[in-house]
Amino acid sequence: MSILDKTAAELGAAIKNGEVTVMQAVEASLSRIEESESLYNCYVTVDREGALAKAREIQKKIDQGILTGPLAGVPAAIKDNLCTRGLLTTCSSRILGNFVPAYSAQAVLNLERAGAVILGKTNMDEFAMGSTTETSAFGETKNPWNPGHVPGGSSGGSAAAVAAGECFYALGSDTGGSIRQPASFCGVVGMKPTYGTVSRYGLIAYGSSLDQIGPLCKDVRDCATIMEILASHDPKDSTSIKRDDTDFTGALVEDVKGLRIGIPGDYFGEGLDLEVKEAVLGAAKVLEERGALVEEFDLSLVEYAIPAYYTIAAAEASSNLERFDGIKYGYRTESYRGLHNMYKKSRSEGFGPEVKRRIMLGSFVLSSGYYDAYYLKALRVKALIKKAFDNAFAKYDMILGPVAPTTAPRLGESLSDPIKMYLGDIYTISVNLAGLPGLSVPCGIDSRGLPIGLQLIGDCFQEKKLIRAAYTYEKARGKFAGSMEHAGGRASGGKAGSDAGKEA
Amino acid sequence: MEKQYETVIGLEVHVELATKTKIFCGCSTAFGGEPNTHTCPVCTGMPGSLPVLNKRVLEYAVAVGLATNCEITQYCKFDRKNYFYPDNPQNYQISQLYLPICRNGKVEIETENGKKLVGIHEIHMEEDAGKLIHDEWDDCSLVDYNRSGVPLIEIVSEPDMRSAQEVIAYLEKLRMTIQYLGASDCKLQEGSMRADVNLSVREAGEERFGTRTEMKNLNSFKAIARAIEGERERQIDLLEAGQKVIQETRRWDDAKGESYAMRSKEDAQDYRYFPDPDLVPVVLDQAFLDEVRAKQPEFREDKMARYRREFDLPDYDIDIITASKRMADLFEATVALGAQPKKVSNWLMVETLRLLKEKEMDPEDIRFSPEHLAKLISLADSKAVNSSVAKEVFEEMFESDIDPEKYVEEKGLKTVNDESALRRAVEKVIADNPQSVTDYRGGKEKAIGFLVGQTMKAMKGKADPGMVNQLLKELL
Repeated sequence: MSILDKTAAELGAAIKNGEVTVMQAVEASLSRIEESESLYNCYVTVDREGALAKAREIQKKIDQGILTGPLAGVPAAIKDNLCTRGLLTTCSSRILGNFVPAYSAQAVLNLERAGAVILGKTNMDEFAMGSTTETSAFGETKNPWNPGHVPGGSSGGSAAAVAAGECFYALGSDTGGSIRQPASFCGVVGMKPTYGTVSRYGLIAYGSSLDQIGPLCKDVRDCATIMEILASHDPKDSTSIKRDDTDFTGALVEDVKGLRIGIPGDYFGEGLDLEVKEAVLGAAKVLEERGALVEEFDLSLVEYAIPAYYTIAAAEASSNLERFDGIKYGYRTESYRGLHNMYKKSRSEGFGPEVKRRIMLGSFVLSSGYYDAYYLKALRVKALIKKAFDNAFAKYDMILGPVAPTTAPRLGESLSDPIKMYLGDIYTISVNLAGLPGLSVPCGIDSRGLPIGLQLIGDCFQEKKLIRAAYTYEKARGKFAGSMEHAGGRASGGKAGSDAGKEA
Repeated sequence: MEKQYETVIGLEVHVELATKTKIFCGCSTAFGGEPNTHTCPVCTGMPGSLPVLNKRVLEYAVAVGLATNCEITQYCKFDRKNYFYPDNPQNYQISQLYLPICRNGKVEIETENGKKLVGIHEIHMEEDAGKLIHDEWDDCSLVDYNRSGVPLIEIVSEPDMRSAQEVIAYLEKLRMTIQYLGASDCKLQEGSMRADVNLSVREAGEERFGTRTEMKNLNSFKAIARAIEGERERQIDLLEAGQKVIQETRRWDDAKGESYAMRSKEDAQDYRYFPDPDLVPVVLDQAFLDEVRAKQPEFREDKMARYRREFDLPDYDIDIITASKRMADLFEATVALGAQPKKVSNWLMVETLRLLKEKEMDPEDIRFSPEHLAKLISLADSKAVNSSVAKEVFEEMFESDIDPEKYVEEKGLKTVNDESALRRAVEKVIADNPQSVTDYRGGKEKAIGFLVGQTMKAMKGKADPGMVNQLLKELL
């Protein structure tokens, strides 16, 4: 088995027992990046020198017995909205095109402490606003399964990098589905933990009350292993929660007997692609056959999640993004007359259209006279949605459904119709509104050859149940049809190459 | 007949809290560091940074609320006030709008016209902004974020005051209360206490309020009093001329004794307040409130009453000593060491106040310890030093808190009580000054003063003047 075919945990074990050196792993990743990056554009920044230097340092620490963790020496990628000390952090926006942080996000520090080698920073929708990675100021990322399609978003660069073998795992952030949906579109595993489980310190905020950092990776074992490293109580983040139940790998058990799984009828109605529906219900059947109790129910309020989400997220974003003003860091317009003109021009030139749309929307719903009608009403809807989930979790251990209504759309298809793009988030956003954990695991491939994702949603702090069910399902499913072979094949494939060539 | 007008005044008072660190990060609040040295990613608004509330801020805010008879909001939140300005690194200020920490308080003030209650609408917590410095030479502006994130409380009064005198009494009352709590030093000149005056006028007997203006940039009680007079007259002149008062913010220029409009209500920004999602709601349980309440100090009125009972001091002394918590603490600590209250009071009221005034210092800046003051008093009491030496030692003590015993020892300032040495000196002075001796013997009583002076000079000031006087008379 070649190095790149290994999962993160497998590679970690191989490094530990001396089969593979950290340098070999990093070089394999870097050469994969070199050969396929021109096709997929997963990264905004590849830190070749930094990664090679780190590889030597980490190997030494492993040899000395200082680093003993399961992922020590495993190369990883970081979404470009997580601050990395000394390494460009752009949020895929022109306004932060030159921003080099003086500190690292706590999640990044946790990975580094566990011996991760950071290969670089992955592409994303600008400020995580988008569902396709097409709103990036540095070009769209393409889906390694078919470069004519989007990888999903906003953590599309992270998902595509994992799928293409350009890293062993990656960090993403999920405000309304930004980890789970690209994981689904790229045929990888992704998890959004319970709000407060992973420190947000150093994550450049989009919607602060909804943002959570989580892993994108090759399988459920990797997911649990990375989650164990990421989860920590951080006094620098007031919303961080102290948990003593973060031994996620303990949940890697093939056993779903008696697990009560609810299937919300509202998630299988109009708009859901038939192939997606069949694959997801097929996965439910697999779990049922292994002893889970599967039952359909009505979650209710699903149709209100999208307007509530876009109101709250945009409101917070409009305020969070005020600090990008051209004064302290980032992009400043070349010529201006006075302070206000400088603000106006820097921000007009620095932000892309989707970001501006959400800033305007957010400013509107917070403005005097509209605050009650929009923002407060959205908060009330949020509370009702949480209540609907509470009711569901009184009966079920978890909820099972699709991640997205369709598989990955074609490039350019979504941007022309933002409302349609927003509607694509329908199954993921209520999870953020309620602060719940959600996991996406591949469950099929549609007739166009694009992956389909299964979503498992748990009650707060019930990640372990999700991991157990996903692990059981994954074992039953078997190796996901060509996850790595696919990417490798496509990297050298003629058709994909010529498509991407045109783009470049 | 000329119309009578009533002035209606409400105050917004900002007080900088005396915490060691900022409200949402661990940076120092110390005054006067090099620009941008007391900063970190949080207080400079770097991307990805997050605020964490300083618990001391909460304690101080609650303490001030309790001392001003407010209701404490046991579930309170922080809100973001959004506006763009370079001194505001996030372009929003974290403040409180919807659920401020304290509400519905009142304080009693006293003026020539008697006692009166002034209502407190609310007290909220917020962060201070940085400072803009305009560089005339390069024609550019620079920002210093050392002040950014320094904790403030804003105390908003009801429009209950009717004169400058009441305003000053109210501010004095707040200042005294907050200083007694140790929550702030409340220095107007240094900006640790800032007051904005909301003022309107109405015809006597009118129920409705007139249109108000808000006056900013008031750096002393005197400036406040002048600004109130000026604004009252300006508004009355407008009304008398048949014009309208415009609701606006004005800036007081104390040097010129006039104000000018900064911005009108029409330019008012929409701050788009909303709860800060980076901070969790603050839930204050009864135990916390009880704890803060238990720590409330003895306030001035109670202290004055106790001084009258415990120490045999004139009201005048009590009034002056209790006007500053620092002074009162020093007084009590020195008395506790065994010094006689009136003597301690004299040192504080005469020499200490004189030096404070001379050096333009506040009582908070006093450096000498009660132990040293007690020692000095005991040196003087035992006539080990004479009064002019004692004053000299006190000045040194005021300057650098020296130990008076050691100082007197080292400098050899002890009064010479050796009678034979003194007798020799007196004899020499008599021998050297025959003219004065003749004058004295001839009935000029005053001449002895000169001889005492000559003897003190010969003794380098270290003699007891009473003893010298007595010896001279004896030998003459």
